[in-house]
Amino acid sequence: MAQITLIEAVTQALAWEMAHDDSVVVLGEDVGVNGGVFRATQGLCEKFGELRVLDTPLDELTIAGVTVGLAAQGMKPIAEAQFEGFIYPMMEHIVCHAARMRNRTRGRLTCPAVFRAPWGGGIHAPEHHSEANEHLFTNVPGLRVVLPSSPARAYGLLLAAIRDPDPVVFFEPKRIYRQYKEEVPDDGEALPLDVCFVLRDGSDVTLVTWGAQVKECLEAADQLAAEGVSAEVIDVATLTPLDFDTIAESVTKTGRCVIVHEAPKTAGFGAEIAARVAEECLYSLLAPVERVTGYDIHTPLYRLETKQLPNTARVVSAVKRAMAAS
Amino acid sequence: MAIAAKFEIEYLQYLDAEGKPVREDLPEFTRDLDYMVELYKLMFSTRVFDAKSIALQRTGKLGTYASCLGHEAAHVGIGSSMRPEDVFAPSYREYGAQLYRGVRPRDVYMYWGGDERGNDYPNEPARHDFAWAVPIGTQCLHAAGAALAFRIRGEKRVAVCSIGDGGSSKGDFMGAINMAGARNLPLVAAIVNNQWAISVPRKYQTGAKTLAQKGLAAGLHCIQVDGNDIIAVKKAMGDAIERARNGEGGSVVELVTYRLGDHTTADDARRYRGKEEVEDAWTKDPMKRFRTWLEAQGAWNQEKEDAWHHECDEWMDNEVNTYLETGAQPIEAMFDYTFAEVPADLEKQREYALSLEQGGH
Repeated sequence: MAQITLIEAVTQALAWEMAHDDSVVVLGEDVGVNGGVFRATQGLCEKFGELRVLDTPLDELTIAGVTVGLAAQGMKPIAEAQFEGFIYPMMEHIVCHAARMRNRTRGRLTCPAVFRAPWGGGIHAPEHHSEANEHLFTNVPGLRVVLPSSPARAYGLLLAAIRDPDPVVFFEPKRIYRQYKEEVPDDGEALPLDVCFVLRDGSDVTLVTWGAQVKECLEAADQLAAEGVSAEVIDVATLTPLDFDTIAESVTKTGRCVIVHEAPKTAGFGAEIAARVAEECLYSLLAPVERVTGYDIHTPLYRLETKQLPNTARVVSAVKRAMAAS
Repeated sequence: MAIAAKFEIEYLQYLDAEGKPVREDLPEFTRDLDYMVELYKLMFSTRVFDAKSIALQRTGKLGTYASCLGHEAAHVGIGSSMRPEDVFAPSYREYGAQLYRGVRPRDVYMYWGGDERGNDYPNEPARHDFAWAVPIGTQCLHAAGAALAFRIRGEKRVAVCSIGDGGSSKGDFMGAINMAGARNLPLVAAIVNNQWAISVPRKYQTGAKTLAQKGLAAGLHCIQVDGNDIIAVKKAMGDAIERARNGEGGSVVELVTYRLGDHTTADDARRYRGKEEVEDAWTKDPMKRFRTWLEAQGAWNQEKEDAWHHECDEWMDNEVNTYLETGAQPIEAMFDYTFAEVPADLEKQREYALSLEQGGH
């Protein structure tokens, strides 16, 4: 069985589903012969032809609107925004049409589309190439927002996203596209959407996170274990609809909750989780909820970019504050 | 001087404002007078429907409504040029086209009367059409997506979108025709140029001499048509649609007409345009000229018109009654179409909303 990276897992999932479902098509800028600027669609054009792996005109608005039209007329389109910072022109079609197609036609038309985008910072990329903007989508009814954090979850969750009868925004943490390899069987097995993954059991504190920060949190948990602190790590994976039950169960057990995400703090998705912890788990808490997040600033150009990103040290500090509270 | 490329835009008209042919080569379909009468009857019933809608709104029985007064030739011309298997992506006032494709007046009343079920057209071929798009121009890209789906699946179907003069300024419109040109998609974009985008006149939308010529930049066939002349509309739209079906390229068809009514019932057009302009536009009314022509062919007369008017009144009254007798959807309907299945997290909110209905708090 092959060891593959996260980006290769994305390609593997796309290829599997295109081979097994003729209605699946990929469209975006440079996704064809070039195979995508990150090579997510490498080899697909040769295999499935240029109509099913379609280089669009250079216009994100066009990509999004055409995707909605394809999806409403019997196709399962997978649109690529080349970077998350270029997804904004797509938002009108995602918010006003993809997410509410089913609702506004009482189910007569639907929009089984996936909007993929490389997401997040940490690769020394230019301006508009390094943002964490998932929270701009988590407030949209009718939309799933999914962020894989490993090759296996990228494969399984992308398959699930393509098969889902409703639209999914699928953000891929580009910082860990090639960070490590793991075995991912190419068996077409999807992972469930709408559930959080408990990646590490612990009893003292719950780390709630997603995307590239999952790895930071797992490393923090290792460090904390050496110091006698047992951290549970939850990969939220599907931000909305949120599986809060898994988080509540963990926080009720540990009594401490540290939320970690790259996006700005104020009204980031961590705010929703903190509010839900306050609503549903307050009397189990032994310490105030901590949030380790990006600051409320624009993503700095790359010389300072790592100062914006949460890291293992900041996570460990937050856990120690929580431990010291009681 | 070297010329890189040269273009021109044809203008098409068969009947002048008085209903007199301005050219002798009337299209073949005009010989089928029974069919021409059917088209007139639908234009007529669309106008009766429109008047009924406004009356409903004025008496508090309908929400904000966008009138189609004056657009009957353009709209019926679009709808009647399509085949059932084609897909229509309208904006929000093309009732004449939609009625032709099986949307019922009661569906329109339901939608403007605040009920999503109005978008759940039960009748084919409208059932596979897009619902009216309220954000301006977005439907053009959805039509381009439908056209791409047909192209990928090798289906001989055409996607038709309609858009206003204001909407032709949107990136969605430009993106759609650009995409159609780049990939030879079976897309026909009908610009219903009614001269006014709420209060902004056509001249402030673009410095271009015609709206049709926007299609030139996208590599599409382009034509400007007297949008109040049903024969010209049908000829131009029919040619464009069949050309697209045969893989010979998409089109932009500009239908020049006039919005005789307000933008919507929430608008008062007297604030921004003069009486003379509207009076002049009435002299170019699409109904009058078509009726004159049909009468000259011996295919229509006052007696037939009175009888049809009576039938339309009964039809619309029945539609209105059905609409008014339909109760609001149950509370859970707000939740049940958000996703294919209500997610567990949303189910909690759904149950709470239901409990409030049952006297909970």
